[in-house]
Amino acid sequence: MSCDSAKLQMLREKARAIRRWSCIMTAEAGSGHPGGSLSAADLLSALYFHVMRHDPANPGRPDRDRFILSKGHACPALYAALYEVGYLKGVDMKSLRRLGSPLQGHPDKRKLPVLEASTGSLGQGLSIGIGMALAAKMDGRSYRTYVMLGDGECDEGQIWEAAMWAGAKKLDNLTAIVDYNKIQLDDFVRNIVDLEPLEDKWRAFNWDVQGIDGHDMSKIVEAFERAAAVRGKPQVIIAHTVKGKGVSFMENQVKFHGIAPTKEELARALAELDRA
Amino acid sequence: MPKIEFPMGKATRDAYGKALLRLGKEMPNLVVLDADLSKSTRTSKFQEAFPDRFFNIGIAEANMAGIAAGLASSGKVPFISSFACFLMNKAFDQLRMCVAYPNINVKVAVTHAGISIGEDGPSQQGIEDVALALALPGFVVLVPADEVAAEDLVAAAAKHIGPVFVRLGRAEAPKVYKEGDRFPIGGSKTLREGTDVAIIANGLLVAEAVKAAGMLEDEGISAGVIDAYSIRPLDEASISAAARKAGAVVVAEEHLLDGGLGSRVAMALARSFPVPMEFVGLDNTYAESGSPAELLEKYRLTAPWIAEAARRSISGKKTARSGGRRQGGGRR
Repeated sequence: MSCDSAKLQMLREKARAIRRWSCIMTAEAGSGHPGGSLSAADLLSALYFHVMRHDPANPGRPDRDRFILSKGHACPALYAALYEVGYLKGVDMKSLRRLGSPLQGHPDKRKLPVLEASTGSLGQGLSIGIGMALAAKMDGRSYRTYVMLGDGECDEGQIWEAAMWAGAKKLDNLTAIVDYNKIQLDDFVRNIVDLEPLEDKWRAFNWDVQGIDGHDMSKIVEAFERAAAVRGKPQVIIAHTVKGKGVSFMENQVKFHGIAPTKEELARALAELDRA
Repeated sequence: MPKIEFPMGKATRDAYGKALLRLGKEMPNLVVLDADLSKSTRTSKFQEAFPDRFFNIGIAEANMAGIAAGLASSGKVPFISSFACFLMNKAFDQLRMCVAYPNINVKVAVTHAGISIGEDGPSQQGIEDVALALALPGFVVLVPADEVAAEDLVAAAAKHIGPVFVRLGRAEAPKVYKEGDRFPIGGSKTLREGTDVAIIANGLLVAEAVKAAGMLEDEGISAGVIDAYSIRPLDEASISAAARKAGAVVVAEEHLLDGGLGSRVAMALARSFPVPMEFVGLDNTYAESGSPAELLEKYRLTAPWIAEAARRSISGKKTARSGGRRQGGGRR
């Protein structure tokens, strides 16, 4: 999985496209979660355009790597990644949250079969990912399973049930990514339930832990490559990110967890993203 | 009609353990998950025979339901088991989000349902599990009466594509059926025909219903009995036909009255053929510790109470005809 500077540049461009779509889709819908979509854009770009083994021409192939967006509210970024990589041909990207759209307000596997799981009730994606990783081991398949968690989501007890089990069972074909953007719906994470020391928690559950800058593309790629080489432990990448990353007036703003930009804000956001 | 005495059979959880062993041989993709109760749920038998296809998730029911969904999405047919109250109450959101909503092929087999688990008391007694299962759209909901029905319905669940809930008991259950009887999903079993009242029951109360019908017969009352082992899909045609024939109905179940078989039957008959109805079940209460027999008697789930409910239901026919309101009725 080597990654030269041209590839890194492409991944950054795709991250920009994911950010543009996240703003456009939520603005069109008039609701949604732009903040946590923007924070996850670089990670999703790396996964879908470099790290994961998958084939948009054959979405059901049994040996495809799996991705579960456990923080389902960030689905605009996931839909954008799927669109950019070629899975959503013919889907109206401006139909997010509209009646009849496959782009439901939170990921719905029945309406959009390319998704690996329906999510939106927090805390559950890591367990589903364990099931997929376990099936790979049973069937001797080499696919890997990636699960993206929110930081606020780590308040949920089930995350730690799952973390404990995967660690104890040495599920080394499972990688979790925490999009640690430091903000949840009500407030800054540290003001709700401080997660620190977060790396120590995962380490204590027998996971391989890497803490990285979740917006540094070369560090992201490196971390995924390192994770895939780990044997005997599941891996977690604690990605330190910025909520609303890439749009100055959304960055680090609690408000933009779950408020869509207005049309006027959208124009400013796109102008900033295009300049960057 | 001669009196029917059912011999005591095995508990339905034992039949579950036996069925899993057979199905494990037939279906290489069948896997079983438990939450540290495998000796009680009888999934330990499967573990002994197929250690590579058994996963003990520990005391973490929510995690178990999610893992099962991931396994099912990858082509496995997972059965997950725990006590009825723990699995349905603790993992309800996971069954909703990971199984029901995306319509994933997970089988939920709960044991220790009802108050007949006895001495452990209400914290371990599942009395709302059927209501919860029915609140999961798309779930097939099955309540076998005895070991024969349980073994066949577990097999039916394994072969059905989509989520299934199977309710199993701890206590030995009277053997109502003969080996080889078949229980298709969506069906029912008419155990007696009756012209005065139809008793619809499931689970442990099927045998009690038949006993009640015998008691009523001694009084010259003709009571039919239907085992509605498939609550969803419900055999509405047979239930409606029995209501038409008898003109009065009793529903009996080892569950809260709210949201169980009684609710489903009442809804079906309200649409097709409304008749006076009475309900036997736990009435807005938890139970307590005690022997299974003591509890079933104290909480009025035995044959005499079903017979009493039948008499009330029949008396409702006259007042319904004369347009009057019935006095009293049930305990509510």
